[in-house]
Amino acid sequence: MAKTDALQGSLDLLVLKILSRHPRLHGYAIMAAIASTSGEVLRAEEGSLYPALYRMEEAGLIRAEWIKKDSGRRARVYELTAAGKKQLGLEESRWQSVSLAINRVLREA
Amino acid sequence: MSMWSRISNAVRGERLHREIEEELQSHIDEAIASGRDPKEAHRAFGSALRAREASYSIRAAGWLESLLADVSFGWRQLCRNKVTSFAAVLSIALGIGSCVAAFRLIDALLWRPLPISNSSNLYVLSRKMTGFEGKPVEDSHWATPDFNLMRDAIKDQADLIAISDADRTDITWLTDDDMEKAHVVYVSGNMFPLFGLEPALGRLLAPADDRAPGASPYAVLSWDYWNHRFGGDPHVLGRSLHIGNQTFQIIGVGPRDFTGTEKGTVTDIFLPLSMNSFATQDGVDWHRTFLMLKPGVNPATAVEPLRQHLSAVNRAFEAECSKCFRGATQASIDRFLNQKLVFYPAGAGISELQKDYRRYLGVLGLLAGLVLLIACANVANMMTAQAAARAQEMALRISIGAGRRRLIQLILCQSALLALLASVLGAFFAAWSAPFVLSLVNPPDHPARLALPSDWRVLFFAFGLIVLVVLLLGLLPALRASAVRPVAALKGGEDPHSPRRLMRGAIALQVAFCFLVLFLSSLFVASFQRLQNRPLGFSTDRLLLLETVAGKGQFPVVWNQTAEALRAAPGVNSVAISRWPLLGHIQINSDISINGAPPSPTRAFFLNVSPDWLSTMKIPLVSGRDFRPEDTSPGAAIVNETFVKTFFPGQDPIGRSFERAANQPLNKVVGVIPDVPYHDLREPSRAVFYVPFAEINDKSAPSVVDFATFTIHTAQNPLALADSLRQLIAQSHNGLRVSNITTQLDLVRDQTIRERLIAMLAAFFAAVALLLAGIGLYAVLNYSVLQRRREIGIRMAIGSTRAGIVRIVTLDVFQMIALGGCAGVALGFGAARYVQSLLYQVKATDADLIALPTCAMLLSALVATLPAVLRALRTDPTEILRSQ
Repeated sequence: MAKTDALQGSLDLLVLKILSRHPRLHGYAIMAAIASTSGEVLRAEEGSLYPALYRMEEAGLIRAEWIKKDSGRRARVYELTAAGKKQLGLEESRWQSVSLAINRVLREA
Repeated sequence: MSMWSRISNAVRGERLHREIEEELQSHIDEAIASGRDPKEAHRAFGSALRAREASYSIRAAGWLESLLADVSFGWRQLCRNKVTSFAAVLSIALGIGSCVAAFRLIDALLWRPLPISNSSNLYVLSRKMTGFEGKPVEDSHWATPDFNLMRDAIKDQADLIAISDADRTDITWLTDDDMEKAHVVYVSGNMFPLFGLEPALGRLLAPADDRAPGASPYAVLSWDYWNHRFGGDPHVLGRSLHIGNQTFQIIGVGPRDFTGTEKGTVTDIFLPLSMNSFATQDGVDWHRTFLMLKPGVNPATAVEPLRQHLSAVNRAFEAECSKCFRGATQASIDRFLNQKLVFYPAGAGISELQKDYRRYLGVLGLLAGLVLLIACANVANMMTAQAAARAQEMALRISIGAGRRRLIQLILCQSALLALLASVLGAFFAAWSAPFVLSLVNPPDHPARLALPSDWRVLFFAFGLIVLVVLLLGLLPALRASAVRPVAALKGGEDPHSPRRLMRGAIALQVAFCFLVLFLSSLFVASFQRLQNRPLGFSTDRLLLLETVAGKGQFPVVWNQTAEALRAAPGVNSVAISRWPLLGHIQINSDISINGAPPSPTRAFFLNVSPDWLSTMKIPLVSGRDFRPEDTSPGAAIVNETFVKTFFPGQDPIGRSFERAANQPLNKVVGVIPDVPYHDLREPSRAVFYVPFAEINDKSAPSVVDFATFTIHTAQNPLALADSLRQLIAQSHNGLRVSNITTQLDLVRDQTIRERLIAMLAAFFAAVALLLAGIGLYAVLNYSVLQRRREIGIRMAIGSTRAGIVRIVTLDVFQMIALGGCAGVALGFGAARYVQSLLYQVKATDADLIALPTCAMLLSALVATLPAVLRALRTDPTEILRSQ
């Protein structure tokens, strides 16, 4: 199976979920986490990851902070806000119901 | 992140860019460190520029940021072409300023509601009928007894209010010596309460003040008069005011903004209707009648039944009023009684000034609007040329991914900057010019006074105008620029004709508008010149007019003694007396009856004059003789030529006689003079007769005269003598006092104020329009020659003649001029129909009036095209072909 770009709309869900498990990750780490936890099946493209991060930051779901890395470079790390936790719950249940529905359709066919 | 943080991010855009850059770079480093191919890692971001733009526009309020960038870019563009930009701003400022000034005048005079409550429920009553001379006439003045009947008839549905026109009246405050003028208005007592007005001081007139004739000697001052005459002194209450032999007591001051219902005149003093002696007379139509619907009444359904009801009441009154018609035939009485009562909305007030200036102001607004359009076409052309010059830049922007919206925004920003700069300048221009134009409406006796506030109405109009200008200026160039096809433009060869097509269209439009402005102004200037150069038939040279009053009246012999005293004064050449001056405010006509027959349908105007009046006015006698001191009225008469034609056709009038009504004493014609204008410079010749100043009553005893005008021919500047002569009259202590000083020249000038005003403004706009159109033409042609340098070079190289070059350079422009000119002529004839009634002896179809603007247009076109043609001829083919 080819590496697919995260489904449109589900990228937010993946990012929120990853950040809920591991707070304070930077962009590359989030991308890597999505890849590794999905068994290298799902891949968030850089071109869509950063706009998504900024969008969610702007919507108040996550917040960002600059930290100093060991290498001396700065990195921008993200963590969930209260609103982000709530949003994650909503997105998760929505995903569940959608995937259930899709599965049902597939079985019928 | 909130909206605020996005906006603040937009403002500190540079830092944000660095942060995003840093984050993306750290991502790439991380990726490389974890073993990815560096090239691949970079590529993963796609176009780095795009990623950054996309990220950026999320974190910052992109529109704001790009707006700031575009504004500063637009500003740099404007600064780059300083001279062009300055000219553009100036011409747009002139256009916007003129339009706003015209709007302020039109709005203040015609549209702005009076500062009263329920102004939308206010109507004014008028009646249309066939006059005694068979012409349709409209009368908006009413007799008070008629008004009272009508008021009582409809008192349950609506209120009627009587308001007289402001009359410039002689008043005195303390002694008889300090006489001054004030605008006095008589109003019914219900006016103030119905208008919802509150006194600034004391009390206002109330319905109780209407109760009986002469029972309420009270006066209310307007706030304006109270302030400029008394400096807002509260002790003015209770003071006495004398008008003629009446005395009034000041009881209050009106509210601040209310200056009466007569737009253009500021009322000084309000008096009760019942205090005017006309109020009891059936036959004197002297005040206007307003109708105020009761609150909650629907005007759509209420007005027509009210009109019919009032019409019936009025008809009954007129039929009853037998005194009104002396000796008219039954047929003409019937025709007169067949009146149609009409209502006009009067929420914006009602005045003669409105009637006189409505169309003039319309023309003024039209001219200002046209000049603005011409200026806009000019600047749009300039921007199109600049946009075309920037086609490569636009193409580059599009190919590296700038949105077309962003490009349109870029150009609209520039036009908005232009328009804003122009509107600031234009605001100053409008602030100065509107009062200035108003101050030109300045007959010395009656200068127009109008509040010209700059409130939300004006701001709203100005704002709408600016938006319109921005769109006119920017939209076309913006759409054109954004439609650039990058490939073609980068190749350097997109259809080079397309911007020129657009510009040529603008040129045609400009020429059409310019021609219209030129044509209209040539009509008005010609009309003014013809009116001003109209032969008068009398002299205006050094003629001083002292309008004099004499309380309850003085016998002619006293007037003659005073004239004698004036004659003896140094610097006086001759003195005569007339009841009123020619071309003044007064005109009175009379029935004419020949040989005891019923009066003819035509009436004749008259004037009482002393002997020597004709020689003082330098009016020659056609035949017969001047009056002699022993001539009296009735008895002798001098008539003009039209009078002879009308009443004694084909006969020698000398020695014949006429009566001023059937069975009145005879007037024997002793002399004939040429026609001279009597009341109005524009009037066709009227029948006028002159009778001796000395009048006798039916017992042959002299009658008293309560006002007359001394006509004084002076050796030097007449006004220099005015003061000493006025004192000379006052020192004779015979009750005669000068109430107004003027000259015959000023009276003639007053007659042409409107014509002079519109001719002056039209000439100004014509000059501006011509200048702008010339500049526009020059710019377009110059640009087109620059664009076609290559083509011209090639044509020259392959042997095209100079004439051929000139032809290809100018042909299409002159085609556009011809096209625009034709459109302009068509527009001009259309507009001329609308203004025909404002013109004096000028027809739109006069050949010279079309030739003049055409020549002016062609001449300026030639001058404007010359530099570009020379530049085209100077093109050096070898140099062009080498460089391209």
